Amino acid sequence: MSLHAEIELSRGAFELDVAFDVPAGSVLAILGPNGSGKSSLLGCLSGLLRPRRAAIMLGGRGLDGLPAHARAIGLLSQDPLLFPHLSVLENVAFSPRSKGTGRARAREVARHWLEQVDAAEFADRKPAQLSGGQAQRVAVARALAGDPELLLLDEPLAALDIDAAPAIRGLLRRVLAVATSRVTILVTHDPLDALALADHVLVMAGGQVVERGPTRVVLGAPRTAFTARIAGLNLIAGTATADGLRTADGSLVAGMLAPDTDVGEDAVAVFAPSAVSVYPEDDGHPGSPRNTVKTVVGTLEPHGPVIRLRTAGEGWPAGLSADLTPAAVAELALEPGTPVWLSIKATTVMVHPATP
Amino acid sequence: MARPDRRQIPGILWLPAGLALALVVLPVIGLVTRTDLSRLPGLIVSDSALESLRLSLETAAMSTVLCVFLGVPLAIVLARAALPGIRFVRAVVLLPLVLPPVVGGLALLYLLGRKGFLGYLLNVTAGIEVPFTTGAVVIAQTFVAMPFLVVSLEGALRGGGDAYERIASTLGARPWTVFRRVTLPLLLPALGSGVVLSFARALGEFGATITFAGSLEGVTRTLPLEVYTQSEIDMDSAVAVSLLLIVVAILVIVVARPRALDAIGDMERVR
Repeated sequence: MSLHAEIELSRGAFELDVAFDVPAGSVLAILGPNGSGKSSLLGCLSGLLRPRRAAIMLGGRGLDGLPAHARAIGLLSQDPLLFPHLSVLENVAFSPRSKGTGRARAREVARHWLEQVDAAEFADRKPAQLSGGQAQRVAVARALAGDPELLLLDEPLAALDIDAAPAIRGLLRRVLAVATSRVTILVTHDPLDALALADHVLVMAGGQVVERGPTRVVLGAPRTAFTARIAGLNLIAGTATADGLRTADGSLVAGMLAPDTDVGEDAVAVFAPSAVSVYPEDDGHPGSPRNTVKTVVGTLEPHGPVIRLRTAGEGWPAGLSADLTPAAVAELALEPGTPVWLSIKATTVMVHPATP
Repeated sequence: MARPDRRQIPGILWLPAGLALALVVLPVIGLVTRTDLSRLPGLIVSDSALESLRLSLETAAMSTVLCVFLGVPLAIVLARAALPGIRFVRAVVLLPLVLPPVVGGLALLYLLGRKGFLGYLLNVTAGIEVPFTTGAVVIAQTFVAMPFLVVSLEGALRGGGDAYERIASTLGARPWTVFRRVTLPLLLPALGSGVVLSFARALGEFGATITFAGSLEGVTRTLPLEVYTQSEIDMDSAVAVSLLLIVVAILVIVVARPRALDAIGDMERVR
């Protein structure tokens, strides 16, 4: 059963107004920074929050007037929230039992789901005896044991440490890949979660939907600077030309036009931080790259094994990201405020239409 | 095994802490030393003392049960319902803590006595007269003891938050199921210590009992009232009965309270 939702709510000064559809059996990721309204949206879908206006239809059934317990949903948050006074098995059996299944049958269902999440060995333990990753595993089983028609995941990996997160991501991937008519909505700020788990993505900012579409398309070819930032890519807006993109101030950014781009229309040039080279100011910038521009270092932050440099200054070169090794940063003596040359290889720049 | 370093407590606190303990313990010691220890056993097992002991334990137990059945719902409503004016209601619930118990007893008398509007109704419709009965003792004790239970529960409910209840409802549990399987079990430690407090308070109640229920031997003369009665006749007897009361109170608190506190760290399964 597919989901259709239109929700309007206000919380203090914050206004949210969104409408979207999710086909049966698919996963929608809602991406956005903190404060974009994603968690409030999930709250309305789950029934724990009452919005100003909501029209929510799940497979023809109207959910908006119903209290949370009547909606056939499952909710997983960053905090596993396992009931501390019940064993792991009793926790997972909670949903079937609350819906009327007998105790023995509910326990069977619980054991089945614990096996599905590789947590069968914990069945008789108490939640206090589990690690964060183990508890979240059990929480996945608990949410699914009730056979929800709508599964809501609210930043499920956010509280896990760097070793536990990939295992839970893999588990969710496995569990969500099973063919059912269930609709899943995943709220996250991490594009990796969206890429791994979701068929479609919705990008939210300031209470509005900014972009939507299939995951690989939206994150691979973002149309707005905002989405690009989330996807970890650089984006420059302008007009498409035969050789690339002309920015507002007349500069030419050389790049490759995507097949659906027409010359003269509004377009965006997208490229990865790893495609950007950084040279010191007094370097007589050599080599083939045609896109070279003078700018100033803004911030330097560790990003996994590399250092991500973001530029400051004005105009289109401001706010671009470049990845360098720590050794390179040290060698070039880079600091916020250091003037540098950026060089971007034209073959790595893709120019897409600004609106799909 | 590593133990916490007790030198973490600022040295200056030990003196006032010692004084506080002395304030509580010394008067009791004073009471014991004043007693004529040879007469003590006989006075403690006298008929009137044992009768008042039985009455005290029965009425305090009944009041505690009543406190639980009335106080738990009240605490939940106060902690969770978003009603306008709830702060005012919360303050009103604490009234019996501030009101002198004698005044509380008088108020109950004016409500449930023959001329009070509720008392008149009960008398006319069912022939029930409440004042000066054992039932009146229970009512008086509940009146003074219930705020203790409500305060400890409401604190625990608000502190604990409702995250577990919310997730329980997303799992399909109706409100009564959530209450029975999630709220109540998680509330048990606070309930345990609240019950002990209420029982102790009910056991020691004097002012409201004597004004509302009177001091009829075997019917309404609880241990505190027996002490008062004896203090006008035979001081040694009064002291003996006081010691009896103290021993009962200590037993209740020592036996029940640590277990209630332990339960906070060791949630028991409810089935």
